[in-house]
Amino acid sequence: MNVSIKDSFKKDAIYSVVSWIALLSLYFIFNDHGIQDIITKVAILGLFAMSLNILIGYLGLIAFGHATFFAAGAYTLGLFLQSDFIIEYNIGSWSIPIALSLSVLLPGILATIVGVICIRLREIYFSFLTLAFQMIFYSLILALVGITGGDQGLMGGFPKPPFLGIDLGIHFHFYAFTTFIVILAVFLMRQIIESPFGYGLRMIRDNHERPAALGFNIRSHQLLAFIIAGSLAGLAGSLQALLDVGAYPEWAFWSKSAEPLFMILLGGMQTFLGPLLGALIFELLNDFVSANTRYYGLILGLVILIFVLGFKKGLLDWIVIRGRKN
Amino acid sequence: MEVLALLDCLSAPACLLSQAVGGLKIGMLLFLVASGLTLIFGVLGIINFAHGILYMLGAYFAWQAMELTGHFGLSVLIGAIGVGIFGLAFERGLIKRVYESNLLIQILLCYAVILIVDDLVMIIWGDEFLSSIGVPEIFQVPPLFIFDAVIPPFHLAIIFTSLLIAILLWMLMTRSRFGSLVRAAAINPKMLEALGINTNFIRYSVFVLGSFLAGLGGALAASERSIVSQMGNSILIESFIVTVIGGMGSIGGAFLASLIIGMARSFGAVAMPLFTDGLMFLIMVLVLILRPRGIMGEKK
Repeated sequence: MNVSIKDSFKKDAIYSVVSWIALLSLYFIFNDHGIQDIITKVAILGLFAMSLNILIGYLGLIAFGHATFFAAGAYTLGLFLQSDFIIEYNIGSWSIPIALSLSVLLPGILATIVGVICIRLREIYFSFLTLAFQMIFYSLILALVGITGGDQGLMGGFPKPPFLGIDLGIHFHFYAFTTFIVILAVFLMRQIIESPFGYGLRMIRDNHERPAALGFNIRSHQLLAFIIAGSLAGLAGSLQALLDVGAYPEWAFWSKSAEPLFMILLGGMQTFLGPLLGALIFELLNDFVSANTRYYGLILGLVILIFVLGFKKGLLDWIVIRGRKN
Repeated sequence: MEVLALLDCLSAPACLLSQAVGGLKIGMLLFLVASGLTLIFGVLGIINFAHGILYMLGAYFAWQAMELTGHFGLSVLIGAIGVGIFGLAFERGLIKRVYESNLLIQILLCYAVILIVDDLVMIIWGDEFLSSIGVPEIFQVPPLFIFDAVIPPFHLAIIFTSLLIAILLWMLMTRSRFGSLVRAAAINPKMLEALGINTNFIRYSVFVLGSFLAGLGGALAASERSIVSQMGNSILIESFIVTVIGGMGSIGGAFLASLIIGMARSFGAVAMPLFTDGLMFLIMVLVLILRPRGIMGEKK
């Protein structure tokens, strides 16, 4: 058992390094800011969707308020970088790493509070409660105009001082840094999912009585998964805020929570990288449709209908199942 | 939060009365929409996340009928019936296929329908706001002054119409054969089928009834507000809150919760104008934590 975990750790590490190098080469192959930015966005959205899939795919909890933590991460990063704190304590070049750490930590704390309350409820009531917390958070962002800028969003930008030789103002640095962070997060997520804890989540998903009978603490597993998913969503939100140099209240609205659900559906929830593929399809669809037609919703809606009524599962799930059959 | 403003309002009869009537009107219109949502959940077991577009379509249909006929009552009726027919097509064509699916699939199906219908509405009626269809002539009179509170008679008419419909709905559900069949279908559809009752018919007639009520709410609301394709979003969220607070599947609960939310909105606008929505969700969270089945929901 130990040996196999160690082996897969090594294998995953190699995969991660190879995919980062591959993404870096893609940057030079597609010497076009448009395509490079799509890759950055897919990485961020993919991380967001994968973090939600810990709950949906592996734990079977339909969380409908995941954008809460995405927005929390974004606002944490933005507000910290705008704060006087940085000048007062002369943090300077450390401000980005500290901001990113806080953007994982604070959404994690928020997820702890929300999670403790929400996981007491089952099924649809759980979904509703997560939605309600999200909308309270959204209303707070709108109401606290003095801090968050209200419905205008966090305006005025913020500085991105270089650290460790990385200057996020340079396009390539930003690309390399974002993809690195996302791959690192995905690597960690993979270790969690493949750990005994991760298999515990699958067991809870498939059967509520058995793990309880085995003396398994279901709630603490659910809570920990909720916190991990929230923290990673916070990280995704902070990267998005870095990319857009701002944070917007729409990121906390319920439709922002529907997006990763849609990506999970597109890509597949039973396969680890499914949501990432879903994010890629979503972003390409988004880009293509909004560039070519005004009727974005019409096309997107029809695509969702095809997946919901036709495939009934995500693309990667479908491919994997076909592969196993042959 | 402006507690003083709220206290001022509560102690002044004029403000108290006009806010109360305003809250009643919001609450009763909300009940029309939310009662359908809770009824559909109770019988079909699915959450119609696309319920907001039924309300929105009701407003557009009524607007179109008003353009053609110029008669207020007729237009509202056409709006409601039109949405009922749309609901029939929606249930038979799409919803029917996901009864057995998991929640995620149901949510996404509804999300897709919202996106598609929003765009279709934009294609047909344009993306500009349409003006309201206006108040019927008999109500185009100066407002009533009761204890110095300004009360438009038309608001009273809306409240009484909705109240009448609430009573009719209650009688339909408790006093008619259809009502007992619907209640039976909510509890044990298999047994009902074994008794030779067509449960499919009950399912789609409940969906049509729910759509009709949402369409009616939209058509009535269109009398005073401008019409836009996003108008379904906020009512959808409020209907959810009402459904959850009242107890999912309970029409009596939806009635009570609609009044609570109507008042919370009306008086919340005085006390904390920027956090009115947050206030409603706060109530919802409290109810879910303390009494997950809602005020009048039954434990299954």
